Amino acid sequence: MDGRLANRWRLTVNEKKFIETALASNLRIDGRNPLEYRKIIIKFGREDGSSEVQLGQTHVMGFVTGQLVQPYQDRQNEGMLLIFTEFSPMADPSFDPGHPGESAVELGRIVDRGLRDSRAVDTESLCVLSGKLVWAIRIDLHIVDNGGNLIDAANIAALAALLTFRRQECTLGGDDGQEVIVHPPEEREPLPLIVHHLPVAITFAFLGSEGKLVVDPTHSEEAVMAGRLIATVNANGDICAIQKAGGEGVPQSAIMHCLKLASMCAISITKKINSAVEAYSTERALRKIKRHPTVAGIVSVAGSDVKEQNKTVEQVGGSELSRHHIERLKVVSEETCSSRSNDNDGDIKSSEQGGTSRGESKAMNFLGGPSNWVLIMIP
Amino acid sequence: MEFVNPEGLRLDGRRPLEMRQLRAQIGAVAKADGSAVFEMGNTKVIAAVYGPREVQNRSQQINDQALVRCEYSMANFSTGDRRRKPKGDRRSTEISLVIRQTMEACILTHLMPRSQIDIYVQVLQADGGTRSACINAATLALADAGIPMRDLVTSCSAGFLNSTPLLDLNYVEDSAGGPDVTVGILPKLDKVTLLQMDAKLPIDTFENVMQLAVEGCKAIANYIREVLLENTKQLEYRRGL
Repeated sequence: MDGRLANRWRLTVNEKKFIETALASNLRIDGRNPLEYRKIIIKFGREDGSSEVQLGQTHVMGFVTGQLVQPYQDRQNEGMLLIFTEFSPMADPSFDPGHPGESAVELGRIVDRGLRDSRAVDTESLCVLSGKLVWAIRIDLHIVDNGGNLIDAANIAALAALLTFRRQECTLGGDDGQEVIVHPPEEREPLPLIVHHLPVAITFAFLGSEGKLVVDPTHSEEAVMAGRLIATVNANGDICAIQKAGGEGVPQSAIMHCLKLASMCAISITKKINSAVEAYSTERALRKIKRHPTVAGIVSVAGSDVKEQNKTVEQVGGSELSRHHIERLKVVSEETCSSRSNDNDGDIKSSEQGGTSRGESKAMNFLGGPSNWVLIMIP
Repeated sequence: MEFVNPEGLRLDGRRPLEMRQLRAQIGAVAKADGSAVFEMGNTKVIAAVYGPREVQNRSQQINDQALVRCEYSMANFSTGDRRRKPKGDRRSTEISLVIRQTMEACILTHLMPRSQIDIYVQVLQADGGTRSACINAATLALADAGIPMRDLVTSCSAGFLNSTPLLDLNYVEDSAGGPDVTVGILPKLDKVTLLQMDAKLPIDTFENVMQLAVEGCKAIANYIREVLLENTKQLEYRRGL
């Protein structure tokens, strides 16, 4: 509550009147339309499951980590999803360090409701040993800069981090099959989480006495607003959560109008998130390429997903270099990358099984078009 | 699990559009300026209002309106298993925030500058719909304290299970994992102040469920008006009018 009061002090009566008068002519103080969203920039860190989202001046970072824990008593075969928020005092002078204030708790619960109750993240797939061990996925949201509309930005950061997070694979082993072996990332490729859909939060603010509607309020608009509606929708047209915690009363028709607008905004935001995540995944796969000095000296590396290929090479040869294997990869387009890599795995495996049979190199040269192929020659 | 059996009855024998039994009592806490007990079926909530009084923390004083504070807590014995922390956990903080902002929108705060109004709500028995019962109890308590309001605030919840919209969910129906829509309205002005929803719903189904909850709120508003009228008659009688 102190934060709310501190916010109110800073805005003078003149500024408040200016914002409201400008809205009467459908102008906002940063030049947007009332129904226009700010520019969203999504970046990722080096680690899997870390994201950074900028929504205008608002800056939020999200981190996802996983841990094996005991499940809850009443949900023995489901994993856990925990959300923690950190409102850093550097973001806003009204944030106090230490115990989260009311707005921090509200933000955490809104993001939590959007992800958990709508079953966006599949918690049953996080179960390792029913009743004994499950994965607890912890999402930490750090607010770095408060430029208004923290909830939307935090939600996008959480979604982006969840999509790029990879958890270690674990198998059951041991004498009685009850022991859980967690495989480190070098041994086995970590797995992504199963995310069914992306619930996107859209915030609407009601300003002025007649309840003028704006989307994505900035910091000063938030200080002036009479009421706020946060609609979490997904791209399929479902409503995942709504939060209108008091404030100015609005007619039911206005609420339905907001929900329809939210569905439209959600589609474009989901597209942005998906494209950013895909770009990151490709770049991540590129990083994993191991270069092999070849006998023939022909190496062109621009990589695709080679991890499995390296493994199979090692299994056969033991040492990957100086042997008779030459790998040559060529990637032309990103889109074909993910779709074709599966075919490549199949190709390699069959060629490995072909073993020492020579000449059966897949010399399919698709020149002049997008191609993604692997050539293994065993002389 | 079947929440609406083929005959159209729910687990506690109600029809899908039937609300639980409402009971209200004004003046339960003698020391408070206004207080009320509100029951919706098995959910029992007590609210106490102190104010308008002097602001205790001078730094929080607002010069042109009253400061509204709200605290929501659940008694240890309110749920089936004994609760470890009655307040201070995240859910209670959020509900306190929600109730405060809802009541603040309807109290005429500009008539009482530099003062403080405290609303304390405690859940004595929890069986689903505690949020709604708290808001209804707070409205009664504020009316009992004589604090000027724009309109009553009434609240009700509705859900959607077995492809049927259900009014006023109890705990079993609420924890079924289906959607839970809590609506708070200003009945005379016909405006929605509080709206919370969790779990997935397509947008047209949501409209039906919200409409059902609004109807429930209006029914509660009628009941609250009756209770307040009865209370006023009692006060007149005691004064010998």
